[in-house]
Amino acid sequence: MGAPDAVAVAGCTDLMVVDTATGRRHGAVVDLQRLPELAGVRDDGGWIDIGAAVSFSQLRREALVAEHAPILVQAAATIGGWQIQNRATIGGNIANASPVGDSLPVLLALGAELVLASSSGERRVSYADFHRGYRETVLEPGGLIVRVRVPHALPDQFQGFKKVGTREAQAISKVVVALSARRVEVGGQEHLADVRLGAGAVAAMPIRLRRTEALLEGAPVGADTATRAAREARAEVNPIDDARSTARYRAHVLGRVVRRLVGDISA
Amino acid sequence: MSEGWTLSVNGEERTFVGDGMTRLLDVLRESLGLVGTKEGCGEGECGSCSVLLDGDVVCSCLVPVFQVEGRDVRTIEDATAVPGLAALQDTMVTEGGVQCGACTPGIVLTAAVLLERSERPDRAAIREALAGNLCRCTGYERIFRAVEKLVDQRPRGAL
Repeated sequence: MGAPDAVAVAGCTDLMVVDTATGRRHGAVVDLQRLPELAGVRDDGGWIDIGAAVSFSQLRREALVAEHAPILVQAAATIGGWQIQNRATIGGNIANASPVGDSLPVLLALGAELVLASSSGERRVSYADFHRGYRETVLEPGGLIVRVRVPHALPDQFQGFKKVGTREAQAISKVVVALSARRVEVGGQEHLADVRLGAGAVAAMPIRLRRTEALLEGAPVGADTATRAAREARAEVNPIDDARSTARYRAHVLGRVVRRLVGDISA
Repeated sequence: MSEGWTLSVNGEERTFVGDGMTRLLDVLRESLGLVGTKEGCGEGECGSCSVLLDGDVVCSCLVPVFQVEGRDVRTIEDATAVPGLAALQDTMVTEGGVQCGACTPGIVLTAAVLLERSERPDRAAIREALAGNLCRCTGYERIFRAVEKLVDQRPRGAL
């Protein structure tokens, strides 16, 4: 990636849309699709290690992903139709850094980490530290996302995912939420622990709902907790009006989705 | 940046000379004269430009030709692109699954892949498979019925 105007591509499902709409041209185009370093899903000592160039169709077929990250499979199935899932990659979804990328809240909820590479070497970053602002990330110019690592699921871990769009299939999200929490029994009552709540389309970048997470941490499982979490989630975000939805609708629906996901833990 | 790109289209080796970022859709329609593949939205939402790339359905409006070099492309012009494609085309006609026809090539290719990979897809599976193909005549019901008819005609396995 020495050329300053070079662009790295994989499934091209975001890039080509912009190219066609704007007539934009590129200098060098570097294809990442066939690099073995960015391919495949493997088990790696307590983590599943996913190549950045793995497509969403591949993710949907991988037994390891289904076992440890069922919400990632769920999210993959909602990203466009088959035509998009066959081409779009998880690394591309991350690098594109859209605030509405559907796999991104899931990776936040799962506590994923990324392996990044550049001419100065490889480094690992927690995915929660990757996004810096609107389409702004810690990836250096010329840097690449190589692997996406997700910890193995724990036996007492709940995972939930919900996306709200204009229609059920093939829609860009108005709100997308993913939740992971452990259920720990204390004195005959189940309580929540290690809560991670990721949300998309409610801020300039995919975010963890930290205040709601703090409220949920240690809280008893049940409808009461779900209602309080919904209120906190609505209060902690500051979404915008745009072509796809309004700030009010987004905050309202976020609350409803959070209530449902937290409520599902007791189901 | 004009270069020559070699791709296999419907089993024949073809060459395209031009910018590697040219859309596969444009190569098919304008350079190779394969106009069965339609352009709808041009942004990957409608599935009208669906073709098979190494057997998987993709939007040809989002595929730069350089990524197709050495790979297998099948379009609606190839009646053998997927087993059962011709039968599905006939059933789409007899069941009234074709109206203006703009979405039909993409829908037929996608549904044929479903029928090849899944023995007895139910309504939910058919809807999911066709989620990336929009019919602006909104003739979905008859399209689903055409696919279901072929499923119903399949011999049931011994229980």
